Amino acid sequence: MEFLPRIIFILILGVTAWLIFKRARYINRNIYLGKSQDRTDHKSERLRNLLLIAFGQKKMFKRPIPAVLHLFIYVGFFVINIEVLEFVIDGIFGSHRFFASIIGGDGLYTAALNLFEFLAVLILISCVVFLIRRNVLKVNRFKGEEMTHWPKLDANLILVFEIILMSAILTMNATDTLLQARDERYVATGSFFFSGLLTPLFQDLSTPTLVIIERATWWLHIIGILAFTVYITYSKHLHIFLAFPNTYYADIKPKAEMRNMPEVTREVKSMLGITDTTAPDHAAPEAPGEGMEIGRFGAKDINDLSWKNILDSYTCTQCGRCSSMCPAWQTGKKLSPRKIVMDVRARAEEVGNSLDSGGPGLEDGKSLFRDYITEEEINACTSCQACVEACPVMINPLDVILQMRRYMAMEESSSPQEWQMMFQNIETSFAPWKFPPSDRFNWAESLRENKES
Amino acid sequence: MEYKVPTVAELAAAGETPDVLFWVGCAGSFDDRYKNVTRAFVKILNKIGIKFAVLGTEESCTGDPARRAGNEFLFQMQAMSNIQVLNGYEIKRIVTACPHCFNVLKNEYPALGGTYEVMHHSSFLQQLINEGKITMKGGGEFKGKRITYHDSCYLGRGNGIYEAPREVLEALDAELVEMKRSKAKGLCCGAGGAQMWKEPEPGFPDPKKAKDINVERAEEALATGAQTIAVACPFCMVMLSDGVKAKNKENEVNVVDLAELIDRSL
Repeated sequence: MEFLPRIIFILILGVTAWLIFKRARYINRNIYLGKSQDRTDHKSERLRNLLLIAFGQKKMFKRPIPAVLHLFIYVGFFVINIEVLEFVIDGIFGSHRFFASIIGGDGLYTAALNLFEFLAVLILISCVVFLIRRNVLKVNRFKGEEMTHWPKLDANLILVFEIILMSAILTMNATDTLLQARDERYVATGSFFFSGLLTPLFQDLSTPTLVIIERATWWLHIIGILAFTVYITYSKHLHIFLAFPNTYYADIKPKAEMRNMPEVTREVKSMLGITDTTAPDHAAPEAPGEGMEIGRFGAKDINDLSWKNILDSYTCTQCGRCSSMCPAWQTGKKLSPRKIVMDVRARAEEVGNSLDSGGPGLEDGKSLFRDYITEEEINACTSCQACVEACPVMINPLDVILQMRRYMAMEESSSPQEWQMMFQNIETSFAPWKFPPSDRFNWAESLRENKES
Repeated sequence: MEYKVPTVAELAAAGETPDVLFWVGCAGSFDDRYKNVTRAFVKILNKIGIKFAVLGTEESCTGDPARRAGNEFLFQMQAMSNIQVLNGYEIKRIVTACPHCFNVLKNEYPALGGTYEVMHHSSFLQQLINEGKITMKGGGEFKGKRITYHDSCYLGRGNGIYEAPREVLEALDAELVEMKRSKAKGLCCGAGGAQMWKEPEPGFPDPKKAKDINVERAEEALATGAQTIAVACPFCMVMLSDGVKAKNKENEVNVVDLAELIDRSL
């Protein structure tokens, strides 16, 4: 009979591992629906970004209050994982407070648990403040048409989840402390400060009731954590894992620099009669239909974007710092950089789900551009890079926007009329305005008047 | 005073090359207001005695607005022919007053075979000040005057140049005041990403909330109480001048480029 909980625990652990493995494979496949793009250069700069921006939370501290609250949860998450390890060992081997039975319940063990409890309380407080910020204070960046329904529920569920997990651990310690005095099978530890504040609530309960509460909160905490981990793979909360690779693989180039399109370079060079030594294949004849296989110019759907654009979308935790800094969004335009990123993920999942159920995948008659993201959004961007600068995990919404502009201009010629005029002016007058090129140097006339003398 | 504006072709005819090419840009060549900035910068170059030249009518759009609006073909056509001209004249160093030209020449031409040492005029002026080649008249026109500086996106966030323009302004002995949103958090003037060439997309439908980006930014600049709004970009200049006009403050507050401020104080 005493094996039963252990068998159940191992089964739950196994099922969780299998579910997470399947979800990880699914997400990985969706990310690689995007085009390949080499991001293995500049290793030391990438490592630096990983350490400072992901581990060090550097960019979070542009807004100190949420940064500190977030830091509590972040540090708590890391440190309390040590205790989760003990939970897993206890669950598999049927031990109780395994580490305490090895190193002794007082001293270091009690100190560590007091630290965990302290962090648990900080997490609790932070989550409550975050719930208030989201639902009562109505912080502007949590608003927006993309922040209704599931994204709004998701955000609240995560916070409630964490509050339940932390309450469980404190309740468990409080009842365990009481049981230590009543039953010697409970490993004796020193006293815990925070759960000690809760013991008066439980001290009048009978021993069997305390045992039930202690066990129930133990199971609630560990199953909660396992369930939460699976939940995360469906949630915006994925940033707790993906922030690290996303920061590592983020752009190293200056923010204003746009990536070159080598396929265009080849064509332009051959049009201008420049021999291209960098592209040996430029002489190969190109059949008209072949362009489609190479890929289209710019991005219409997620497979035109790079894998990093899709990784960006899975890393996004919808904090809205990008949109709150966006000049277009601030003046009420339809563009919200956060929505652009969220749309990329939504479309990647739509295509992924379709592929998994034997559906048409990308060939479903829909596309990211138009079905998710409209021209009006794309055309509102000033390319000011405020969104790129604002993102604490180095997501680049601008890159997606600019690739869609390329699709509009080069595949559809559907750029706004005024831009088409501007293109024409550059083509004919070599300036975006319609001035005769021969007038280009007229500005100097007043300065050069005495030139002959 | 007589100012020289030699072209690279004239120098080449005499068997010479300039130490630095001044890339004027389309706004610098055609925009009536901004031509004053071009002339101011040329005057500075003359006064300091730098061996510079311009391309004159051989200059052509860098292609930046086409690229930002998505027309990569047109951008690369422009870029390639410009690179042919620049490489033909064996140009090594370029200075420009336009952050958009600066960004494209510095960061995007190398991939197409055009690699030069490119400076924005704010860094260029800062260097001259630091080297003691530019010295301001004692008690210059702007001494003690309140100036605020508007960061151009393509200089600041785009290329990390925040301090050079501010150091140039500090050399004027002016009182530099920052706007609420400045440096990395600076608010765009609204013209970037080829918005300069089209009407903005619709904003808040509520007329009480409706406001163009440049007006929002101009309000922020005016709130500093500065009499002078310093800019370092031709498009920021247009947008902020319009914004200031929209607030009926054009008689009290000037929108001026760094080069003009230095030229007037020399």
